[in-house]
Amino acid sequence: MYDAWKILVGLAIFVGLFTFAFWMNAGKAAPVPEVKIDTPEIKKMPEPERKCVEDKHFMRTTHMQLINDWRDMALREGNREYVNKRGEKYVVSLQNTCMKCHSNKKEFCDQCHNYTGVSPYCWDCHIEPKEEPKGNES
Amino acid sequence: MGVKVSLGVSLGAVLAIVAVALVGGGVSSLQPVFGIFVPYAAFVIFLVGFIYRVVDWGRSPVPYRIPTTCGQQKTLPWIKHDKIECPSSTLGVIGRMILEVFAFRSLFRHTKAEMSSGNIVYGASKWIWLGALVFHYSFLVIAVRHLRLFLEPVPFLINGLDLVDGMFQVGAPTLYLTDLLLLGAVSYLLVRRLIVPKMRYISLANDYFPLLLILGIGISGVLMRFFIRVDIVSVKELTMGLVTLHPVMPEGIGAIFFVHVALVSTLFAYFPFSKLMHAGGVFLSPGRNLANTNRAKMHVNPWEYPVEIHPYEVYENEFREKMKNAGIPVERE
Repeated sequence: MYDAWKILVGLAIFVGLFTFAFWMNAGKAAPVPEVKIDTPEIKKMPEPERKCVEDKHFMRTTHMQLINDWRDMALREGNREYVNKRGEKYVVSLQNTCMKCHSNKKEFCDQCHNYTGVSPYCWDCHIEPKEEPKGNES
Repeated sequence: MGVKVSLGVSLGAVLAIVAVALVGGGVSSLQPVFGIFVPYAAFVIFLVGFIYRVVDWGRSPVPYRIPTTCGQQKTLPWIKHDKIECPSSTLGVIGRMILEVFAFRSLFRHTKAEMSSGNIVYGASKWIWLGALVFHYSFLVIAVRHLRLFLEPVPFLINGLDLVDGMFQVGAPTLYLTDLLLLGAVSYLLVRRLIVPKMRYISLANDYFPLLLILGIGISGVLMRFFIRVDIVSVKELTMGLVTLHPVMPEGIGAIFFVHVALVSTLFAYFPFSKLMHAGGVFLSPGRNLANTNRAKMHVNPWEYPVEIHPYEVYENEFREKMKNAGIPVERE
């Protein structure tokens, strides 16, 4: 090969860049985040009534669009009533509806947001709930 | 091949991949094939193929400089030397390569020829340069952003890039600027081939296919982010499984994800065999990476056959008498 060392250095950089994620994760396990849905408010409800605004799959994939729509409904249109797919009415409010049950931001919201590198700007306007680092459930 | 055939073949190939992934990705027993096997296979083909192509080029001898100069060669001291366009030193070559790789300098030099009242007129035409630059940098940012699915914890810089890319905070999840720029630039590059008659004439299926493939990747990605949403936590579980070499196939990932992955895998596997290898080729272009020292230095062809030379002096010694007899003048009596 001509200019072998230059080409080999170039190829080493190429392979290094493209396999970067493999080296960074070598020997590490990547645990899937656990979200806690055992807040006092949820525990108070009897088992069959423990339902979110919409079904679980919808909430897992599309909650951010729902919350964004809620913001527009409440703040821009002044509409504070949301009717879900089951025909139930909910008050459009992050702090009084969503966070009434999901009061554990650190163990709920942040778990998946940190895992997937998402930085939602909810807390630019809303006040973050005051939480002790652990065991604030009482 | 006419444009209908080449465009049809390319579009057909991309749609076939989409259809196969859409059907296969919807069948849970086939999901490991599309989510684990195909990406691994494509990645290995990409790495091995890329190295093979570069080593193959490296084995081709380039004994003489091919300067393809666009500037004044280094010569007499009172003639201004163009140090970047026609470098005479390694430093100049590095400058030319940096401008080529990072700023697409040779595209910037693109001109357009037009007939204007019977005369041919050349004018600057920067659109292709701008389109290519926007396309490549958007693609780079998008690729780097995807590292959030392959690294745990997500590095600060990746999160920062994500925030800057989505800085206008349009909707939730936020609209990325690079998504718009990439789709816009790829569409421009495709439309340009289709509507400019000269471009259409020289375009082949292997020009249309990568553009349509990347357009498909962009569209499927945007659809997955904003319209047909999938559970990103399950997606990261899958991608982290791939990069930790402990592949797992979480349940309930929508078929659109497998379409996106199948198109990206196709791009990876297709890369080494296609014109996309210009990514490696730009570094091995003799016209860009060699200093123009054709006249300043002696360049010897390393495999030159030792030719037996027969200079005039020896010739004359051999034939002097015959030459004299024939009346041909000789240099020495």
